Amino acid sequence: MKLLKTLGIGAASLVLATGLAFAAEGQKPARDVSFSFEGPFGKFDRGQLQRGYKVYKEVCASCHSMHYVSFRNLSDPGGPEFTAEQVKAVAATYTVQDGPNGDGEMFERPGLPFDRFPSPFPNREAAQAANGGAYPPDLSLLTKSRPGWYGTFNQLVNGIGGPEYVYSVLTGYQEPPAELAAEAPEGKSYNPYFAAGHWIGMPQPLTDDQVTYDDGTPATLDQMAKDVSAFMAWTAEPKMEQRKRTGFMVLIYLGILSLLLYLVKKKIWADAH
Amino acid sequence: MSTAEHAEVNRRDFLYIATGAVGAVGAALTVWPFINQMNPDASVLALASVEVDLAPIAEGQAITIKWRGNPVFIRHRTPAEIEAAKAVNIEELPDPLARSANVKDGEPATDVNRVVGGKEQYIVMMGVCTHLGCVPIGNEGDYAVVEGAAKAGGWFCPCHGSHYDTAGRIRRGPAPENLPVPPYAYIADTKIRIG
Amino acid sequence: MSGPSNYKPTTAFGKWMHERLPVMELVQGQALDFPTPKNLNYWWTFGGILAVMLVVQIVTGIVLAMHYTPHVDMAFASVEHIMRDVNSGWMIRYLHANGASMFFIAVYIHMFRGMYYGSYKAPREVLWMIGVLIYLLMMATAFMGYVLPWGQMSFWGAKVITNLFSAIPFVGDSITTLLWGGYSVDNPTLNRFFSLHYLLPFVLAGVVGLHIWALHVPGNNNPTGVSVKGAQDTLPFHPYYTMKDAFAIVVFLMFYAAWVFFSPNYLGHAINYEEANPLVTPAHIVPEWYYLPFYAILRAIPDKLGGVIAMFGSILILFVLPWLDTSKVRSGNYRPLFKGFFLIFAIVCVALGYLGSKPAEGAYVIWSRILTAYYFAHFLVILPLLGLLESPKPLPSSISDDVLAKKKPALAPAE
Repeated sequence: MKLLKTLGIGAASLVLATGLAFAAEGQKPARDVSFSFEGPFGKFDRGQLQRGYKVYKEVCASCHSMHYVSFRNLSDPGGPEFTAEQVKAVAATYTVQDGPNGDGEMFERPGLPFDRFPSPFPNREAAQAANGGAYPPDLSLLTKSRPGWYGTFNQLVNGIGGPEYVYSVLTGYQEPPAELAAEAPEGKSYNPYFAAGHWIGMPQPLTDDQVTYDDGTPATLDQMAKDVSAFMAWTAEPKMEQRKRTGFMVLIYLGILSLLLYLVKKKIWADAH
Repeated sequence: MSTAEHAEVNRRDFLYIATGAVGAVGAALTVWPFINQMNPDASVLALASVEVDLAPIAEGQAITIKWRGNPVFIRHRTPAEIEAAKAVNIEELPDPLARSANVKDGEPATDVNRVVGGKEQYIVMMGVCTHLGCVPIGNEGDYAVVEGAAKAGGWFCPCHGSHYDTAGRIRRGPAPENLPVPPYAYIADTKIRIG
Repeated sequence: MSGPSNYKPTTAFGKWMHERLPVMELVQGQALDFPTPKNLNYWWTFGGILAVMLVVQIVTGIVLAMHYTPHVDMAFASVEHIMRDVNSGWMIRYLHANGASMFFIAVYIHMFRGMYYGSYKAPREVLWMIGVLIYLLMMATAFMGYVLPWGQMSFWGAKVITNLFSAIPFVGDSITTLLWGGYSVDNPTLNRFFSLHYLLPFVLAGVVGLHIWALHVPGNNNPTGVSVKGAQDTLPFHPYYTMKDAFAIVVFLMFYAAWVFFSPNYLGHAINYEEANPLVTPAHIVPEWYYLPFYAILRAIPDKLGGVIAMFGSILILFVLPWLDTSKVRSGNYRPLFKGFFLIFAIVCVALGYLGSKPAEGAYVIWSRILTAYYFAHFLVILPLLGLLESPKPLPSSISDDVLAKKKPALAPAE
């Protein structure tokens, strides 16, 4: 029995080994940020998501697509929760391609809530050509596909640090160390947090007061980076609040059922021997 | 059986029943998402509006557009068709109800209830036979307006022979109801949004 | 199937049915009254847990197939559609994805339990071999399922694993071309993987039926390894083991739910949330955690064909395990030396898993080689010799004697 218990622990540690991944060459672990949506009870901060959306729209959207997200999602429960009217107004500021019409022509019309966010470039090649060969990744899932830090146990406890990765890259632009400055590739900036080497194709996108927040929050670089990271955490996992809420009900239910079944089992086995 | 034994049996039965009940409730709650996933999803529910410019449709012409996966007939009716539709006695219709999403339930199937007042020339309705879902053919059937050799208005479903008049009301055949009018509104003089 | 049946139809319909299809007799004899050793511990509940997991995977999988599109241009987007738009789609997908991991956790516990208590020994060799077949089918099914979301790891995992077959001399390249339906992993590959991923679980269910049949002929092994000697050693399966299993299943479901609802992506790979790109290989390709020990064995051998042979050999060797273990005693509880070696073997398996997740360089490779050698030595050298050299502890005369001894702590030596 003792042996099998040891084995159980062994199996558990094998499970722990699963998230094992490797730090990409020299990526500096992301700086930790305390977000409202962390932990089993965490929820998104609506105000923060709305501010983050503004940063996305006014800064990121000029190069980055977000094509799994629709305008209507902005009013979904558990998200930024804009009103339906606000969503209509937001959608109308975009131009989307529709068609073909009766003459077989594609035409443009103002966006409607059910449209997806239009991509800034028609295809991947065009995006690369316009950005010096570097593809600006789609932002719908970035916080789920880019770890900010590694380590089996670390990721189990702290998550993969996706929003922190985005935050760290956005705030991590700095002068290259002297020994690297000489070999700086043309058109690239130094950023130790960037996953694919230290040199990032994106010029520093955010500076203080780049956007004007509607709620009067001072638009510091740090604030904008946090807000847009939180917004991207939502675009990647829009059902997070629903998931945690359901999870609690499921665990409470299973807890009660397991207790009852334990009592039943004990009662039945009482006269077994 | 002594009282003590009796109480013991009752307590045990209660435990079994409680466990069974909790298990059954959980099973029922678990089944629901697995059924509900087949209902229209959020993207289907959202894809509910389409705008149509009516200006290019000449009198006596009709177009068919797709809305929520179904054909919608939009016909620019001639005065003769409108007149024929207005002349009908509602009492004699197989389905005397308007079947329009734009008027209250239970309103009568008058011609004006089948269109939008003041825009009687344009009739907009689902091109889906209320019998078993085929697409009726336009300018056909016993209730079209006959002008010489040509028929105008009226619909006829070739699958099982349902005849609809110039207001899309069932007149003869197996179909039980008038062709339904989808929710739509004029957003400009000759522009509508369906859905 | 053997086993007594006291089934007597009581109703007129019951009699009518019994003469035509005695299904109630089967249920009564095999599921309700089936005599089961009275001393099974909780390690024996994993068979029931596995049956539940198979059903969960089939049900959630059928639902996902209603919304998924097996086409390279749409697969990734259709998975996101499930996650974002389909009613409860996120939950059903997370149940399925994490369900695969839970399935493997349970099957590994089930297998190690069988190895420790000698459940593969006569007369249960066929039962064990069917079990190994189930394990192989599970691995194939899980691998093809992981390709379907068409993320980066899906694509490159598929490419690497199918390329294993190119190691076969002479026909290797033809086989990979056949598997791919082209010159690389592409749309035809995705389509056939989807088809087979849907088919194999039903094959699996059929083989599980055989597994249970093969179990019910000799009956369950038990922690003492001593065969059942009479009715005093057994209890009817229902209600004793149905309730014990039900309790264990619900506890396992809590563990499962904790992953699904609070850490649903931990057991997968982050990079799989990036759509497959046939032009860019991710920096590190790692299989799902349940394949890692075999991946380590594959990479331990510095030769392409040799690595593939070692990897498949490490699984296939399980088929002949009943004949490699020469000991007459089943349960590890009565084999002092075996106990120690079993523990080392288990640690070696976990360590190989760890090494499989590390890059193939430096000390990792050396350790992989040492542990791979030990893995095979355990089966080919240690087990055959142990049975000859070891002197086992005295066995209890029967299951009920053992149970009674444990009930009187004064008489039973502490374990």
